[in-house]
Amino acid sequence: MEGIIELTLWQVAAAYLFVVIVLLIVKSRGIKKEGEIVLSSVRMTLQLILAGYVLVYVLDNPNPFITAAIIILMEAFAIYTVMAKFKGRLNGKLKKIIALSMGLGAGACLLYLIFAVIGVQPWYDPQYFIPIAGMVIGNSMTGVSLAVKSLLEGMTTRRQIVEEALILGATPREATADIINQTFDSAIMPTINSMLGMGIIFLPGMMTGQILAGVSPTTAIAYQIAIMLGILGAVAVSVILALQMGYRTFFNREEQLV
Amino acid sequence: MEENENSLFELIGVSYLNVLDIPSLTIGRGITTIFGPSGSGKTTILKLLNRMISPSTGQLFFNGTELRQTNPVQHRRKVVMLSQNPVMFDGNIRDNLNAPNTFQKRPLLDESLLFSALETVGLGKDPATPVNLLSGGEKQRLALARVILLQPEVYLLDEPSSALDDASAEAVVETLCLKARKENRPVIMVTHSKTIARKYSDAIITIAGGKSIGQELCSGRDN
Repeated sequence: MEGIIELTLWQVAAAYLFVVIVLLIVKSRGIKKEGEIVLSSVRMTLQLILAGYVLVYVLDNPNPFITAAIIILMEAFAIYTVMAKFKGRLNGKLKKIIALSMGLGAGACLLYLIFAVIGVQPWYDPQYFIPIAGMVIGNSMTGVSLAVKSLLEGMTTRRQIVEEALILGATPREATADIINQTFDSAIMPTINSMLGMGIIFLPGMMTGQILAGVSPTTAIAYQIAIMLGILGAVAVSVILALQMGYRTFFNREEQLV
Repeated sequence: MEENENSLFELIGVSYLNVLDIPSLTIGRGITTIFGPSGSGKTTILKLLNRMISPSTGQLFFNGTELRQTNPVQHRRKVVMLSQNPVMFDGNIRDNLNAPNTFQKRPLLDESLLFSALETVGLGKDPATPVNLLSGGEKQRLALARVILLQPEVYLLDEPSSALDDASAEAVVETLCLKARKENRPVIMVTHSKTIARKYSDAIITIAGGKSIGQELCSGRDN
């Protein structure tokens, strides 16, 4: 197989036509999103350019400390992103719970993928560790973010129902069981949906990337399956940890709503 | 500390935020009505007794034991409160009557029990009726039936008849009071209606501006 076609600067620039189209659409509809679209496009570009140069260096100089530092940085940034999204709506306890559940959920599943499933040698090989960590951490971030949103909404809109359940002798766990289950469902739904459509409706990014780079499609799908299951695990574990610990923050020690 | 053998609840120096301030109040074992204008703190008292809220200061005793020393969930299962606005769970009448059992992971109630509870509150509907088809008054009756089925040690009723017309309001309150008296279960009831208060209570606590003003004993037992 031939190597991949190198994209020139002008070819990449041509892709920005899509951003222009989106801007025209929102402008004509009067949706005030131009700022956000421009900002996200610019940030995406700069962050990827930076990541590209960092990765060139890291891949050329494999080092356990650098790998570990990058993973911790990714995790910290993911946690920060969730916190920023819910600025002012999270109490201190809930913030700690989000950090803990994302760290534990994504961390444990990532380590299992790297060591038990793929068996990367040496363990810190950045070529494997960094992209896989990115996918696992990124998806667990999306999952926890959806979970927190749905939990906050559920506890607000269904407050009366929760209160009535408490009045009728339910424990906080029983009173919130429906909210927790629905929240879990809505948080893992995107992962489940993408698994349902995978290979038919869309070819996932990592697999596409490997195929583009000349890897045999059968190897690419084996990786994709392992990663997809790892992502499912990481999303489910971090979401359920966040919910199991998170619902308690809405109650005090006397089992009253706060 | 003096313990009154007959007291069900005893409040000593109880305040709640700036809503309620009660230096001393004893609630006996019969049928007690809390009477007073809107916003005077009646519901707050019931919530304190049910432990949905805790006093900011002071002590609250139930059967001689300070409430803080007991398990809140266990307490709420004994001292059950009927909320002022009937809150319905998703589903039909049966689901709602069974809701407390579902929460507490206990076996569901026998159909005959459901029917008898619905009869007590005068709600002649099929248990399979979805609750969103019920009127405000019917929901209130259903909420009351739900509380009756729990067979609580103590009934706390917050305006049990606010969504009903006068005649049926009295009928529901009367049935409930007679039932409670027969089963020897104390009732603490909040109401706007002086007529209902006078007719059925053993004691009337009058409250205004978050302070209990007085307690009078009445002849409700004769009814």
